Amino acid sequence: MIPFTYARAANTADAVVHGSAAGAKYLGGGTNLVDLMREGIEHPAGLVDVSGLSRDITETDNGGVLIGAGVKNTALAENRLVRTRFPVLSRAIVAGASGQIRNMATVGGNILQRTRCTYFYDDTGSRCNKREPGQGCDAIDGFNRIHAILGASPSCVATHPSDMCVALAALDAVVHLEGAGGKTRRLPFTDLHLLPEGRPDVETVLEPGELITAVELPAQPMAARSTYRKVRDRSSYAFALVSVAASLEMDGATIGDVRLALGGVAHKPWRAWKAEEVLRSKAATQATFQAAAEAELADAVPLKDNGFKIELAKRTIIAVLGELSGVSA
Amino acid sequence: MAIRINGTDVQAPSDPRVSLLDLLREELHLTGTKKGCNQGACGACTVLVDGERVVSCLALAVQYEGCEITTIEGLSKEGALHPLQEAFVEHDGFQCGYCTPGQICSAIGMAAEAKRGVPSHVTDDLSTDTIVLTHDELRERMSGNLCRCGAYNGIVAAITETFVEAGE
Repeated sequence: MIPFTYARAANTADAVVHGSAAGAKYLGGGTNLVDLMREGIEHPAGLVDVSGLSRDITETDNGGVLIGAGVKNTALAENRLVRTRFPVLSRAIVAGASGQIRNMATVGGNILQRTRCTYFYDDTGSRCNKREPGQGCDAIDGFNRIHAILGASPSCVATHPSDMCVALAALDAVVHLEGAGGKTRRLPFTDLHLLPEGRPDVETVLEPGELITAVELPAQPMAARSTYRKVRDRSSYAFALVSVAASLEMDGATIGDVRLALGGVAHKPWRAWKAEEVLRSKAATQATFQAAAEAELADAVPLKDNGFKIELAKRTIIAVLGELSGVSA
Repeated sequence: MAIRINGTDVQAPSDPRVSLLDLLREELHLTGTKKGCNQGACGACTVLVDGERVVSCLALAVQYEGCEITTIEGLSKEGALHPLQEAFVEHDGFQCGYCTPGQICSAIGMAAEAKRGVPSHVTDDLSTDTIVLTHDELRERMSGNLCRCGAYNGIVAAITETFVEAGE
């Protein structure tokens, strides 16, 4: 690891001042960043420790929840409001990483974690446009079983590894940001991460020095009926091949409203807008679920090794909708 | 500010690159905590920070100023092993022993999580505050600790005896 400076931020304003310096990076729990620094992939000049800031989870006036960016993953998963009003979020978090890592990792850090593409990690042996813009991508023609089927580009086929973020995408979460000069703004979570296009090294719309201070979950009554299903190579402590987060509101035998997001399939947590469109106000039947899954995956492009993910994503969507609606095959 | 390790105050390292694991092993010679993968995958370096289990390899020591760290060396009291250590001996919860300190620290943190109602991936009812540490719950909650000898049956038996049957 190359030398760097370390500063513990006293408050958000202090953090942003330090975080705006050249080469500075924010440090949460360190579970991803420290590893990447050790691997020589991240080499910040200075770390600004924001893990002690904003560690509260509070109920908002309208029945939503405001989650400080420094809240640990375990604390979020075990929170009673989250468990009862937004169970999909608790389920997504405990489907990810290990008990130890969930005790360290923060909400902000989870959101900004980097891909686990093996070519991205292979600093000495592989080309990667995300690590070294313009270098080329060895994953596209390489061993790409875990890579993206939606929204990829000729520059990058990496996936976003988070489970928590898939739930946040389904929950219409809003990200609270603070930047230079105390400038604050709010952003729909689904607008935070970018697709790779020609610049896979630029992963979010965050401005230099801009800090995630909180994530807000607006009230979503139907989220009381929500869940997360993750398909992976091992039953525990493995990244998703495909995952589905969903909330469902039934109106008799008809789908009143629905939120659906996919993980393991794209460069960002993938909100399934097309499937939702197909589902709303339709009879909750296997045929409807199938049509929604087909619509969402219509644009999917398989690579050499990951074609199975297209069918797997469809089946997982159908299974989750069946579970939430009580309509099974 | 110091880091309190097994009851003794220790100065945080001046070089922020030093991991909590390297501080323990290389500077304090507390070599019970093991460096397995050094990338957060194996759990051999698990210690307790203010009672919560973490992997010390991914922890920069400077981040833990003001915290209380307990390692495997800090578990015995007045020369007597912790009940879970006794149970590991009793149930053959190890073969080579390399993962054992991490397994034991992790299990102690895990039991505290279950006691306060933290759900796991295999918890059916998210609304409950009463977690029963069944075989499946234990295996899921301990999945961050690998044992390459495959002593899992003994490990589960030792944890079950200590935290489920004896209600420690």
